[in-house]
Amino acid sequence: MAIKKIGTQTVKFDSPPIITGTSSTVGPKEGEGPLSQYFDVILKDDLYGEKSWELAESKMLRETAKLAVENANRKLSDMEYMFSGDLLNQLMSASFAARDLAIPFFGLYGACSTMTQSLSLGAMIIDGGYADNLIALTSSHFSSAERQFRFPLEHGNQRKLTAQWTVTGAGAAVVSSLGDGPQIDYVTTGKVVDLGIKDINNMGAAMAPAAADTIVKHFEDTGLPTNYYDLILTGDLGQIGKEITEELVLDKGYNILKNYNDCGLLIFDNGAQDTHAGGSGCGCSATVFCGYIYKEMMKRNLNKILLISTGALMSVTSSQQGESIPGIAHAVSIINQGS
Amino acid sequence: MKKQITRISKEKEYEEYVNKKVPKPAYLKNSLWAFLVGGIICTIAQFILNILRNSGLNKTDANTVTVIIMVFLGAFLTGLGIYDKITQKAGAGAIVPISGFANSIVSPAMEFKREGYVLGIGAKLFSVAGPVLVYGFGSSVILGLLYYFFTR
Repeated sequence: MAIKKIGTQTVKFDSPPIITGTSSTVGPKEGEGPLSQYFDVILKDDLYGEKSWELAESKMLRETAKLAVENANRKLSDMEYMFSGDLLNQLMSASFAARDLAIPFFGLYGACSTMTQSLSLGAMIIDGGYADNLIALTSSHFSSAERQFRFPLEHGNQRKLTAQWTVTGAGAAVVSSLGDGPQIDYVTTGKVVDLGIKDINNMGAAMAPAAADTIVKHFEDTGLPTNYYDLILTGDLGQIGKEITEELVLDKGYNILKNYNDCGLLIFDNGAQDTHAGGSGCGCSATVFCGYIYKEMMKRNLNKILLISTGALMSVTSSQQGESIPGIAHAVSIINQGS
Repeated sequence: MKKQITRISKEKEYEEYVNKKVPKPAYLKNSLWAFLVGGIICTIAQFILNILRNSGLNKTDANTVTVIIMVFLGAFLTGLGIYDKITQKAGAGAIVPISGFANSIVSPAMEFKREGYVLGIGAKLFSVAGPVLVYGFGSSVILGLLYYFFTR
């Protein structure tokens, strides 16, 4: 019997899992952004002493994991599972990090939705009683993503105004059955939604319908009012995607205009940093949540958060074959204990 | 079958809705930048050509040497990480001249060096410029044939 399931797509936890510690690492550009004071580590060199961008990303993930475990006052050997993924083919960053960390590993591909995908699955494992401590983490790297999905770095081309900037960064969260920290009350798992957008320079518009669908489902399933949350935060929709999401959600009768924002708009100063529509990538919602949001929750400046990481599930092959971009979004409801 | 039709109309509706949201590029500003930078690149090339002609090279040789120098400059600025920044501002103004062609060959060479000389540089060198070469050569063959058959 699925006794913890409510509505059609939501799980309500009996003994809500606790996020006992997080950490975040970002690259130099993100470190110059408006959230710089919230990140644990800001790299001076985005190659991170490695010989390729891919290895640099993997190292970022690995070191962020170690720091998150430390911040949660736990040992690496306490971690019973690792849920992780990234944007690279065959999850190079996550698999290579897992090789060094030696934690039982589930590799996930959810494109940029990986932060809440890993948190959702991790929380279910904890509440299900299958583990006491695990780590959920993800990363992205501007240079490794750029060379896999677009053009060589030094190639001259003009970025479109709707294009987003892949965040160089990694975020890790330790999820535990006992301890101090905000708890995960609900997770709403999203469906793949695709309204036919094919332009890979406009991923915000491609993912917005999925985000809106998951947000609406979350409120339908839980019956919570939209003003229950201090902040509803999507992953990396950027300026255009955010506007579309607001309107699509409003269209379904839920008003989130007052308490909704997007991580992609928080991480960069789009005007000054020339990042056009905003940040993107797995690292976007991961670093904003594990850095900014978690620290503000610990200070109790924010108490109730709905985090919805958003992913664009296209591949280089699917785009070249002219297919549209399927979107996905998973919501995780994170609440301060006793609030 | 009916479902299919509603889906397509919904997609069309959404596309129109999204297009209204997409900000328009600053056409005038972009064109001015392209004009200025493209003009400067061509002026530099003309300057080099004049010097070469004045130093006694014949027209064909002077043209060849000018192209070699412009390709070198494009490659050099790509290596220094400057050319992509110029293009970001100037668009076609920096892509269309032959220095832009050099950029499209040198940038993958730099990027894929880590995959080795054969599977990296060797295989990827023309990943950006390849289509231009294929269709450039292809159309010149067709034009050559048309010229051969119809102008004699």
